[in-house]
Amino acid sequence: MYAAIVFLPLIGAIIAGLGGRLIGDRAAQLVTCGAMVLAAALGIVMFIDVALDGNGRTIDVFSWMASGSFEVAWALRFDTLSGVMVAMVSLVAACIHVYSVGYMSHDPSIPRFMAYLNFFTFFMLMLVTSDNFVQMFFGWEGVGLCSYLLIGFWYDRPAANAAAIKAFVVNRVGDFGFALGIFGVFLLYDAVGFDTVFAATPEKADTYFEFLGHNVHALTTLCILLFIGAMGKSAQIGLHTWLPDAMEGPTPVSALIHAATMVTAGVFIVCRLSPMFEYAPDALAMVTIVGATTAIFAATIGLVQTDIKRVIAYSTCSQLGYMFFAAGVSAYGAAMFHLLTHAFFKALLFLGSGSVIHAMSGEQDMRKMGGLYKLIPRTYVLMWIGSLALAGMPFFAGYYSKDMLLEAAYANHSSFGLYAYWLGIAAAALTAFYSWRLLFLTFHGKPRADHHVMEHVHESPNVMLIPLYILAVGAVIGGYLGYDLFVGEGRAEFWREALFVMPSHDSVAAAHHGPEWAGLLPTVVGVIGIALAYVMYIRRPELPGMLATRFRTLYLFLLNKWYFDEIYDAVFVRPALLIGRGLWRTGDGRIIDGLGPDGIASAARLFARRASLLETGYVYHYAFAMVIGVVVIVTAYLLLGVR
Amino acid sequence: MTIGLSHYLTVAAILFALGIFGIFLNRRNVIIILMSIELILLAVNLNFVTFSTFLHDIVGQLFAMFVLTVAAAEAAIGLAILVVYFRNRGTIAVEDINQMKG
Repeated sequence: MYAAIVFLPLIGAIIAGLGGRLIGDRAAQLVTCGAMVLAAALGIVMFIDVALDGNGRTIDVFSWMASGSFEVAWALRFDTLSGVMVAMVSLVAACIHVYSVGYMSHDPSIPRFMAYLNFFTFFMLMLVTSDNFVQMFFGWEGVGLCSYLLIGFWYDRPAANAAAIKAFVVNRVGDFGFALGIFGVFLLYDAVGFDTVFAATPEKADTYFEFLGHNVHALTTLCILLFIGAMGKSAQIGLHTWLPDAMEGPTPVSALIHAATMVTAGVFIVCRLSPMFEYAPDALAMVTIVGATTAIFAATIGLVQTDIKRVIAYSTCSQLGYMFFAAGVSAYGAAMFHLLTHAFFKALLFLGSGSVIHAMSGEQDMRKMGGLYKLIPRTYVLMWIGSLALAGMPFFAGYYSKDMLLEAAYANHSSFGLYAYWLGIAAAALTAFYSWRLLFLTFHGKPRADHHVMEHVHESPNVMLIPLYILAVGAVIGGYLGYDLFVGEGRAEFWREALFVMPSHDSVAAAHHGPEWAGLLPTVVGVIGIALAYVMYIRRPELPGMLATRFRTLYLFLLNKWYFDEIYDAVFVRPALLIGRGLWRTGDGRIIDGLGPDGIASAARLFARRASLLETGYVYHYAFAMVIGVVVIVTAYLLLGVR
Repeated sequence: MTIGLSHYLTVAAILFALGIFGIFLNRRNVIIILMSIELILLAVNLNFVTFSTFLHDIVGQLFAMFVLTVAAAEAAIGLAILVVYFRNRGTIAVEDINQMKG
């Protein structure tokens, strides 16, 4: 029965994708949404059974490949970790499917969109329920493919196509590391199944290998390689450049793939592979540092962006950084907890911003919004809930999870843990600031759009609002309900074998005994951030402009996203284009074509032209040729005695 | 001076050479080419007859009769082709007959 959760979306995708023209828009929506709602219902049943009642199991589907000692099976692994992910993914995906019915109602290719969404959900569920590295890679690449298809969904827009290609290419860079990691795992363990690998990890903990004259710790190398894959998918600093551009896709896509599910896959695999990471402390330190750096880096960029979706995209990037540093300090439970709550409030924020964009007839620039709160009050309230949860205000979901992971970072007592804690605190203040900047710019102040747009502003239909209500409920109570299970007293019983933490690393336990102020500080700086946003965008609206002119260099630095795109363009993209053009013009055009097909053809033509000169048409020339022939034959006959 | 085998063969060779040169050095008209071919055939005939006599083998003379027949037929067909060609193109100058090419 649980296999149906994974395969229902696939069936929906096949029906809507291949038969979309036949059955029409309405039926395609019904089939895909029906499949997803059913999967979500089953997902919740499964969550209660597997995670709460502890009936974890692995469902073997069939054997995939077997070659010598290399054996890969299709198997669906349902334990607490995948149970949490499956329930979250199917629930959020169901909400977003329903929302898409309303949001995409004016689009000419609805079945294709719904089929892609379903297809994506299938791959995502495959990824989280995978039982071995290869199957995980299958899901991993599948979600990448769907992300590409959905970012480039409006294929008549050049920007969307460019963003889709960028997302695909940047992810390949990460996948290079991920694939190498999987090869390495097979080399080290001679197996790719999780159970086998995790069981063998303690005895492999002291394996070293030679590399360029250095003795390298094998597990650390593997974990770092796998983490590079996670960095690509989860848009961590260095490989994050695709995520903001991915906002070219339709808003439900941003909510589903680039906020709630796919981008969290990186965090998920670090948690899934916790038995390996626990034996590789250097890799964990790297995870922490990369995560913390991303958290602050993305938050600073979010401060100055003007596109409503890009602000939320950078916020996602930053929150993923939080999850990573939590995983890096061995607080996997806290990372998963934040992953879950984040999925709800970030999907809510994205869909809310989609609702705003829908109301503003496609306008995404916050400088052209303002004063919308009276016109779309429901969206306004929902955005407030999402922002409160994101900023970690007390009793909203983000409060529990974000506090927990910051406390865990502090309680870890390592230098990189403290680095993560202080950067996390700073990022928390920035998060609150840019969230309320978004709210104030969008909903308060004087309307800055022209009156044509303002006349058309309307509240979204119920089909879009009801999913938002469900997500809002999650964003409000998710933290309170999950706290005890994920990171509180019940955590050992909840996670069981799914997460592995060495007793000496248990920073979640240490966090419960940490100082009071370490837990209070995030909330305090959050309030300060909100207050600052209030002063700058409501009381003194001229202040931001003054600051921007005063600190022009800093402002431009942030506005241009730390110049990452420009640097990559100069370092990677242009040389690659140059090399590509050189190989194409010289290598392919001149050498291969020139000497190969074209060269042979022109040589044949040349010889033929020369030979055809002999053919004059004069009878006596032909007769002469015959006589010469006779002379040659007779001479040969006489001299050589050929008989 | 007795007339021996080599004299006959020399005459035949000269005739043959004349025929060959007649084909190549002729720039004026095709009838001369036909006549040159007749000359070549005559040279061949002369060879046949000479050897027939000197080797006491009658087959050579028999063959000469065949060659004469064939030469007559060839001349007839060749002239007929020439007449038709002249009707079609209004000339039989060698320079103008250069259509036999791809």
